Amino acid sequence: MADIRNNFVGIKSPNPFWLASAPPTDKAYNVERAFKAGWGGVVWKTLGEEGPPVVNVNGPRYGAIWGADRRLLGLNNIELITDRDLYTNLREMKEVKKNWPDRAIVASIMVPCEEQAWKAILPLVEETEVDGIELNFGCPHGMSERGMGSAVGQVPEYIEMVVRWCKQYTRMPVITKLTPNITDIRHPARAAKRGGTDAVSLINTISSIVSVDLDTFSPNPSVGGKGSHGGYCGPAVKPIALNMVAEIARDPETYGLPISGIGGITTWRDAAEFLALGAGNVQVCTAAMTYGFKIVQEMITGLSDWMDEKGHRSLDDVICRAVPNVTDWQYLNLNYIAKAHIDQDACIKCGRCHIACEDTSHQAITSMVDGVRHFEVMEEECVGCNLCVNVCPVENCITMEALPAGELDKRTGKVVDPTYANWTQHPNNPMARQAAE
Amino acid sequence: MERLGNGPKAGIEAGRLTAADYEANFADLHPRLDRHEALVESDRCYFCYDAPCMTACPTSIDIPLFIRQIQTGNPLGSAKTIFDQNILGGMCARVCPTETLCEQACVRNTAEDKPVEIGKLQRYATDIAMEQGRQFYSRKAPTGKTIAVVGAGPAGLAAAHRLAMHGHSVVILEAREKAGGLNEYGIATYKAVDDFAAREVDYVTAIGGIEIRNGQALGRDFSLSDLTAQYDAVFLGMGLAGVNGLGIEGEALAGVEDAVDFIAALRQAKDKSVLPIGRRVVVLGGGMTAIDAAIQSKLLGAEEVTICYRRGKENMNASPYEQDLATANGVIIRHWLAPKSIIGKDGTVAGIEVEYTAIRDGRLIGTGETGVIAADQIFKAIGQTFSASGLGALQFEKGKIVVDAEGRTSIEGVWAGGDCIGTGEDLTVSAVAQGRDAAESIAKALAAAGQPATAVA
Repeated sequence: MADIRNNFVGIKSPNPFWLASAPPTDKAYNVERAFKAGWGGVVWKTLGEEGPPVVNVNGPRYGAIWGADRRLLGLNNIELITDRDLYTNLREMKEVKKNWPDRAIVASIMVPCEEQAWKAILPLVEETEVDGIELNFGCPHGMSERGMGSAVGQVPEYIEMVVRWCKQYTRMPVITKLTPNITDIRHPARAAKRGGTDAVSLINTISSIVSVDLDTFSPNPSVGGKGSHGGYCGPAVKPIALNMVAEIARDPETYGLPISGIGGITTWRDAAEFLALGAGNVQVCTAAMTYGFKIVQEMITGLSDWMDEKGHRSLDDVICRAVPNVTDWQYLNLNYIAKAHIDQDACIKCGRCHIACEDTSHQAITSMVDGVRHFEVMEEECVGCNLCVNVCPVENCITMEALPAGELDKRTGKVVDPTYANWTQHPNNPMARQAAE
Repeated sequence: MERLGNGPKAGIEAGRLTAADYEANFADLHPRLDRHEALVESDRCYFCYDAPCMTACPTSIDIPLFIRQIQTGNPLGSAKTIFDQNILGGMCARVCPTETLCEQACVRNTAEDKPVEIGKLQRYATDIAMEQGRQFYSRKAPTGKTIAVVGAGPAGLAAAHRLAMHGHSVVILEAREKAGGLNEYGIATYKAVDDFAAREVDYVTAIGGIEIRNGQALGRDFSLSDLTAQYDAVFLGMGLAGVNGLGIEGEALAGVEDAVDFIAALRQAKDKSVLPIGRRVVVLGGGMTAIDAAIQSKLLGAEEVTICYRRGKENMNASPYEQDLATANGVIIRHWLAPKSIIGKDGTVAGIEVEYTAIRDGRLIGTGETGVIAADQIFKAIGQTFSASGLGALQFEKGKIVVDAEGRTSIEGVWAGGDCIGTGEDLTVSAVAQGRDAAESIAKALAAAGQPATAVA
């Protein structure tokens, strides 16, 4: 039986599945239910500074996009940080931690970019005996207009400054939560590391307008006919999050910095991918908000069963395993040649591969052979682009098959070279020629 | 259990069921998909390249496109895509044997043995358009030409609509009281509820320029030569008025009836409780008419309904789906049985003597072994024939009108389509295609005739 116990910057939890700071972790009632369902930890919904709590809109806070059968693919929200009294939250956090000592509780915090504000709140949180803090530099809506959330996360110097204060005023582990609403995620991550953060967590939500009501011409969610950009999350954002996690994991300046992976994680498989790309654990929100807390049971058993099947004994056997395989385009092997192959027994003859290739790619798939509807790859035209694989509705019907070394590539008329050769060495690359001269 | 006491009343009786039973039995067989169901089902369409469903449709409706239009929340655009090819798309959505046409060709059959429910989606879109009274077509400027159409069935209506689009005036001469042809008189009641056939006729003729004259029978009230003399062109779209006889003893007994008449009476009866039905009914035949008569006999309260067909299951013209529908309704289908004589008692039917059949040396023969099935009522559904008079020298082959690929008959200025022509397939959808295409041919011929004899001087 695989061991999926998690130790993230010294914070221990029975599994690597935490609930992210969000509506599901706003109060003791929800968090207790989550722990009963099996979640390994929670990041409590973001606390603000002492005083009158923030105010939320009283109309809709969420918008969504859907796939078939209204399966939720992407969710956006304009909800702010907790709108409950600071001391109510602190009291409940302390109680829940006492009741669930084996689970992780991390306090998310967002206060103004002033040293005094952080200095004031940190001891209050520390007193609850929760396991750590997460600095919310991510939310792109509402609070960012007041100089907090992503307004901080978009300025590396501010990140470094606040992290430094936190490391100075608390003994608790500090996780810095990053916004994806920047051009290069490595810069805020490096800043957090310079400030001394124990870990980063990402991604927070992406600035988004989820849809427009074509009757009223109001963006959704519509609050009395007006809309404001929200934060986008859910399965649709996973690819963006995976890339950002990998970028930090393989950046020499942040290499080894613990990462809590967030962004569209819905199944154990998603979680395993984040772990493989460098996340030390994962945080989930939209999937729980869509299906309820029970999904963690699928995640726990799925991850554990897969690890058993593959012989991975603990999470350390999985974490970062894919990181060495993430590289720059310029280092990809240009001598690797693959061709699409259509399994005629599996083919249902929908013709989507043909029309995709014919209209938009390389005219490499037949539609008719000897007067019969027949879809077959013409190797002399196939560049191995993989579009047909992606549009085929039948899993494993079309596969990409690598040509072995020594075989003739019918498209180029050249024999496949067994050696590795990339763009940096390619004769068409002017930089390569320069280097040669 | 009460019934076991005396059993249902013997003989042919009306009012065998309660009012609620009649209502439930003759309700819509497949209620229309609601919006959510339509969105889920339409999402299953793969939007195939050169889609096999479209090729399989006799009217070549662009099925992937109309389904995608449903999926994107544009049911009216979807309805127009359907009507562009088939103005009777509403009825075809209800009565087409989709399991042997578009849905048989659906690639989802290969993927998972379950095709996209194209017929139901087509009904979803066309119902919405028709309920909103949306007309997608208008007449071109009047051409001053008038075309006579004989028969207001699917072929005639499709031809009339297309001719009207071209700016021609159309006079439809219909022998029966109502327009619609088999859609009105020949379809099982539960397939076209709420007077759909009549509503569709109104929808089709709303384009304008189409006059329907009822009670006008070819050969009785007018002849083909009258029409060719009076009109600029003629389209013949008659149905099959003749019914095949059994030619066996007892055929004249009370209680032996034509299934087509029974089906027509059912369609026209507002109150089904007035329709008499036997306690034990035998239906002879293996086609759609036999199935429709048998199921509806059961729905009217017959205790025992048996279809006797003289060949095997695989030879039946009724689709497997229809056969299953019959057996699900409690109809017994017996194969390899041919009628030998009808047994009477006091001048009415008491049973039918049948003979077992077999194929010997490639021929169907009676084995000599016989049996008797008790019956109060027998429906004949062994085929219909084209019987018409007043067609003059029109060329026939095997009892049907000969036409070319465009629907032109042997007489200049006369076109034909539907069940009356040699290539008729006994399908509403094929009749629509033939009527539509003949109309295009007529329009082309009239336009060419209207051109000056020589081009520019």
